[in-house]
Amino acid sequence: MSIIDSALDNTRETFRRDQVWSFLKEKEVSVDVSHQIILYIEGLSVSFDGFKALNDMNLYINDGELRCLIGANGAGKTTLMDVITGKTQCDEGSVYFGQTHNLLEKDEAEISQLGIGRKFQKPTVFEAHTVLDNLELSLKTNKGVIPTLLARLSSTEILKIDEVLETIGLKDHRMMLAGSLSHGQKQWLEIGMLLVSEPRLLLVDEPVAGMTAQETEHTAELLKSLAGDHTVVVVEHDMEFVRSIAKTVTVLHQGSVLAEGTMDEVQNNAAVREVYLGDES
Amino acid sequence: MSFLNSVFSTKWLDRGDQAGSRTMPFVLLLLVVTFLASFCNLALPADSVFYVSTYTITLLGKYLCYAMLALAVDIIWGYCGILSLGHGAFFALGGYAMGMYLMRQIGDRGVYGNPELPDFMVFLNWTELPWFWQGMDQFWVAMVMVALVPGLLAYVFGWLAFRSRVTGVYLSIITQALTYALLLSFFRNEMGFGGNNGLTDFKDILGFSLQEDSTRIGLFITTALMLSLVLIASHAILKSRFGKVIVAIRDGEDRARFIGYRTERYKVWLFVYSAVIAGVAGALYVPQVGIINPGEFSPVNSIEIVIWVAVGGRGTLIGAVIGAILVNYAKTRFTAIMPDGWLFALGALFVLVTLYLPKGIMGLFDQFNERRNKNKAVDVQETAS
Ligand SMILES: Nc1ncnc2c1ncn2[C@@H]1O[C@H](COP(=O)(O)OP(=O)(O)O)[C@@H](O)[C@H]1O
Ligand SMILES: [Mg+2]
Repeated sequence: MSIIDSALDNTRETFRRDQVWSFLKEKEVSVDVSHQIILYIEGLSVSFDGFKALNDMNLYINDGELRCLIGANGAGKTTLMDVITGKTQCDEGSVYFGQTHNLLEKDEAEISQLGIGRKFQKPTVFEAHTVLDNLELSLKTNKGVIPTLLARLSSTEILKIDEVLETIGLKDHRMMLAGSLSHGQKQWLEIGMLLVSEPRLLLVDEPVAGMTAQETEHTAELLKSLAGDHTVVVVEHDMEFVRSIAKTVTVLHQGSVLAEGTMDEVQNNAAVREVYLGDES
Repeated sequence: MSFLNSVFSTKWLDRGDQAGSRTMPFVLLLLVVTFLASFCNLALPADSVFYVSTYTITLLGKYLCYAMLALAVDIIWGYCGILSLGHGAFFALGGYAMGMYLMRQIGDRGVYGNPELPDFMVFLNWTELPWFWQGMDQFWVAMVMVALVPGLLAYVFGWLAFRSRVTGVYLSIITQALTYALLLSFFRNEMGFGGNNGLTDFKDILGFSLQEDSTRIGLFITTALMLSLVLIASHAILKSRFGKVIVAIRDGEDRARFIGYRTERYKVWLFVYSAVIAGVAGALYVPQVGIINPGEFSPVNSIEIVIWVAVGGRGTLIGAVIGAILVNYAKTRFTAIMPDGWLFALGALFVLVTLYLPKGIMGLFDQFNERRNKNKAVDVQETAS
């Protein structure tokens, strides 16, 4: 019995759809990081009805680093992520992924396929789908119509999903509808969706909002372990949390960069103390 | 006894956790009923209690065409959240393609006896067949048109609308405008589709007389088979990862874009698929009712379809089928008693369903099952203790 099974498995593996039909395979994207910088943001401005949400912002993210963005409510952190991921059009400036990919020319789907993953401030998962389906949809695969119609989970993909389910602690909930998860679990699921998509650059907007102290710690560990292979940009209000993960912190204020450096440098920066940390402590 | 129990148990109808998993048992039921009804028509004497009249067969066939049309709307509305109020147009276009074929089959048996031109063209003093009528005397050409014309229209329309990210009520209004525009143009004699009167007086299809009982049965069975096929195919498509993307688009289109799906392409292809189903339903409808006229493009028709789906329960496939059959049965009975009251009754039905049965008949069915399972669980516990 088991011999037949393994023989079947072997045949299945050899005749996997994506191996038989090469067009089902996803295209590899190459990102030119020869200058160690993965994201170039230069002179970026966005205004809503005359109000400048981003004002001539310049920001460079190194390949493989873990960067924290902090700033008061309305400083433009979410708007920045919206521009990078193609959701919001900017008025001026340039955004490059590596040296060659001009993100301002691309739409949301293409930017995602380049390997830029995003976790939203408000957890957004597909509520009518199970946890498993949410992860399946997020896998790094060819997202074209026909390949998706013919897609089956391969054994490597199932392993990948299992691994992520373990990481996000939803192993026992895989068949549960995402809509019936708790707020914290949805946060985790969304992080899981980010992980299975194996992005090159992760944009994480307020990941620990609504999490317990223990979960926060777990998230910090996770983000730290991701940096290196991936580049991670985290927006967070929780100073404790930022201190525990970040080497470099960028402070945004009224749509521009106010200061950049280690947590200690930033906290001792006079301008920062005045406008941001000052009214916290 | 236990066999009967298992056959009729509703549990058997809902294996699995998703409503769509009831498709197979339902198709089986549909086919059994179809063949039973056909058998009772052909094999039993007319005075038998179990005799099914040819009138009833044709009526059932018509309901099944409506069911297929409702299915087309459910696919796009229930699964993808696109409320199309223009599906009557795709249905009518498929119907016209079939009607053109049937017109050409009349040959010289028309009132004017012109072997080439349909009567209405002779009446308009036309001397030759317009280019778009060429080839329509070939069954296969007509069948290609049945799928191609609605599909192409849906493609162009969907491409324009979805690419510019038109959604929600705006999209619904545009689809209404589409069907209204087609209504107006098909009314015109110069369009070459018989104007006001449409296409009618059909004689035969593929050489079989449309007056024969056996032809009627054949059409009825073909409709049931096509409906089954479409149910099974749609089930498979919506169960695939493509189907999961479709539901994801319904519940969070932006999110689906951010994980890399070109949502507008998914929507266009689903829309085309749905339009082709509606076209096929129209093509099956026309030989059974014997006429197609511009009235089928009327905006109210398209709204009625949406009500059938709402009554049956959207996003369930078979709910649409059940809703279409029940509402149309009610319509048949109701208009026999009070011909003018139907639109009011339909409106009232829609309000009631929206208020009290948001998940339609299928939702009711689920609730009933849930309660029964709970009771059963309690029973088991009690017997255990
Ligand atoms: N779509 C929008 N329309 C109008 N104003 C907006 C829009 N999105 C953001 N803003 C404004 O831009 C500013 C920056 O917002 P945001 O980037 O969300 O800040 P945060 O740093 O808190 O994430 C806020 O004042 C907000 O009100
Ligand atoms: Mg924000």
